[in-house]
Amino acid sequence: MGIDLPLLWALIIGFGVMMYVIMDGFDLGIGILYPFLPDKHDRDVAMNTVAPVWDGNETWLVLGGAGLFAAFPMVYSVVLTALYLPLIFMLLGLIFRGIAFEFRFKARESERPVWDKAFIGGSLTATFFQGVVLGAFINGLPVENGVHTGGAFDWFAPFPLFTGVGLVFAYALLGSTWLIMKTEGRLQSRMRRLTHPLTWVMLALITVISVWTPIAHPHIAERWFSFPNVFWFSPIPLLVVLCATLMLKGLKQGAQVSPFLYTLVLIFLGYSGLAVSGWPHILPPDLTLWEAAAPPQSLGFTLVGALFIIPFILMYTALAYYVFRGKVRPEDGYH
Amino acid sequence: MSDALALDLARLQFAFTISFHIIFPAITIGLASYLAVLEGLWLYRKNTVYRDLYHFWSKIFAVNFGMGVVSGLVMAYQFGTNWSFFSEFAGSITGPLLTYEVLTAFFLEAGFLGIMLFGWNRVGPGLHFFSTVVVAIGTLISTFWILASNSWMQTPQGHEIIDGVVVPVNWFEVIFNPSFPYRLLHMSVAAFLATALFVGASAAWHLLRRRDNPAVKKMFSMAMWMLIVVAPIQALIGDAHGLNTLEHQPAKVAAMEGHWGGDEHNAAEGVPMILFGWPDMEAETTRFAVEIPRLASLILTHSWDGTIAGLKDFPAEDRPNVPLVFWSFRVMVGLGLLMIALGGYALWQRWRGRLHDHPWLLRFALVMGPAGLIAILAGWYTTEVGRQPWVVYGLLRTADAVSPHPPGQLALSLSLFVVVYLFVFGAGIAYVLRLVRKGPVISEGEREAHGGPGQYRQPMRPLSAVEDDDGDAGHPQPHTRS
Repeated sequence: MGIDLPLLWALIIGFGVMMYVIMDGFDLGIGILYPFLPDKHDRDVAMNTVAPVWDGNETWLVLGGAGLFAAFPMVYSVVLTALYLPLIFMLLGLIFRGIAFEFRFKARESERPVWDKAFIGGSLTATFFQGVVLGAFINGLPVENGVHTGGAFDWFAPFPLFTGVGLVFAYALLGSTWLIMKTEGRLQSRMRRLTHPLTWVMLALITVISVWTPIAHPHIAERWFSFPNVFWFSPIPLLVVLCATLMLKGLKQGAQVSPFLYTLVLIFLGYSGLAVSGWPHILPPDLTLWEAAAPPQSLGFTLVGALFIIPFILMYTALAYYVFRGKVRPEDGYH
Repeated sequence: MSDALALDLARLQFAFTISFHIIFPAITIGLASYLAVLEGLWLYRKNTVYRDLYHFWSKIFAVNFGMGVVSGLVMAYQFGTNWSFFSEFAGSITGPLLTYEVLTAFFLEAGFLGIMLFGWNRVGPGLHFFSTVVVAIGTLISTFWILASNSWMQTPQGHEIIDGVVVPVNWFEVIFNPSFPYRLLHMSVAAFLATALFVGASAAWHLLRRRDNPAVKKMFSMAMWMLIVVAPIQALIGDAHGLNTLEHQPAKVAAMEGHWGGDEHNAAEGVPMILFGWPDMEAETTRFAVEIPRLASLILTHSWDGTIAGLKDFPAEDRPNVPLVFWSFRVMVGLGLLMIALGGYALWQRWRGRLHDHPWLLRFALVMGPAGLIAILAGWYTTEVGRQPWVVYGLLRTADAVSPHPPGQLALSLSLFVVVYLFVFGAGIAYVLRLVRKGPVISEGEREAHGGPGQYRQPMRPLSAVEDDDGDAGHPQPHTRS
């Protein structure tokens, strides 16, 4: 058999997580940006840009978790146990964020501020702890005999906390450019003003992580700066600079859609950069993806379904976005 | 000591989070199919009462679905966060089954939910109906996979154990394991029953207050038809499920029956059915037993003097918590019998032409509103506590499955879950009840046709605005707007 099942599964999970970061990224970003939208009508419009699709967006996170469970059960159990508290906090954050979509519109006027706060707090908490999990994962989780040997609070360290804050800004940028695309008028111009500094912060974050990780982890430095690699990987930082430049230019010219697309490319490049650093470890620093894979019977059985079904998922997801395309406006005649 | 405490805390957390979770999918499964039926009838018969009912129940469905999604996300991660040794041991089977659930059900539901809830004026009636049907099918596909996974843990087959880890050998055997067909039917029908009881109670509430309109009467009638047809069928399925459990998990049935065996009863007398009593695990007997001679033999072995295994046939460390299993089973069965009684009573009053105004029928239907959900919880406690001390029956003990967390960390997460769930889902259930109290609005669909297409959840704003000044829905149709 020439099919490298663990590799394919790593790609599928990687794809699922990237879809999640992008799609729930702008949902969560809207929650993070809510404090900058004090007006109730603007808040309504902002929430309504994602109300029909947020549930599908969040499902990619479930796919990431379930796929990891199926294909790399050891990684699933080690990572989820090692990062227990940040993950519990993330889940609680997602609970508040998720119910806010429904409750906010069912609430009486006097109750709505509670769910506004739940939306903001939930989005911030979920995002921050997703970033913490990412940072702790990059830092590495030591494993012996399939059991995590680190401490329960290893994630409470400078780098994971930094990536936590970093992800808040990254999702905010996704949210602000999404709103530029989906709204107009005062709300849109407000987002336009916010996007400018957010872009610079995003660039700074990418730079800091690009410097921090090779210094802290010699094998990452080795990966990026050894000879032919430096040649192959150099387009990544160059594209980041190019993208950011085009984005700032587009913002000045009043572009509607392109800032969001450039943000997607920026996130994708950052994500690829992390993949380059981590490869081929599914659980840095000890486990490669082949060492942690489930038996081939499990990988093969699930792969058939994944390869067959994911294209359909992408198609009807596209249909949902198509049905709700265009600018979202306050209800005509609403009083 | 701290190990035992940590195990108890982890089990408590799982029991708490899943007990809350299961309520929402149960109603989601039932309501999704109900909504598909309503929309189909609206398109087919063009009777606006079906459309009005669709709009009424789709709002409740939306709130309920949201709560199911967020509480379900917790479950998908909890296998790893709290049961890491289970995940490593059995992840090669439960992982793929969960992945198939995500791929074939969760995405399907989420993808079409937006069109179903927000797309009434954005897409044609055909695509909208299609979306509703797809969401309903998605909920049933989801039921299929999660129950395949749970049933495999109850009656595992189709695997080998290599290097201390489960390896799937035959996926067909894994999925269609012995208890799966029974559990799938039993739970799906339970979801329909629970929803019918909820719908019936909602209608009864309005009928008792004489706030009746054609939509309220229609939904009461539909719910009562559902009960009289499905509640007796559920009893038959439950009986078959019990016989299947007797074959594969005899200790569970012994605990359900409070049957200890040994020399207590002469084999020639058959096994009596203990109606009520208090199983005493120390003394290995069921105290204060009120029993009917030979009935258990008759039900479980279909013979006059057949015998079943008693709890004493199993080592003490392999027995579940008997009083809990014994009593939760009785709660489930008792409620099931009441459901059949309600269905029969409604049929009788329908024949007399008093279906919509007989006060005792309406009161009975009202108090039975939560009965389906309570029966579901009691049934799950019976089967999940009854298979203890195993998490994968006969293969992995629950005590060996738990993640090695310090008790303090678990106490923190458990208390957070309790506080957050009570607050969030308490508010959610209050919103659901508030929507129920408003009742279906006649011609709501027509008004919506002029609302903001898809961008606003149409009725919420006008309704909320009205609700502010009335608080309690004291007067009839307070929310009908021109």
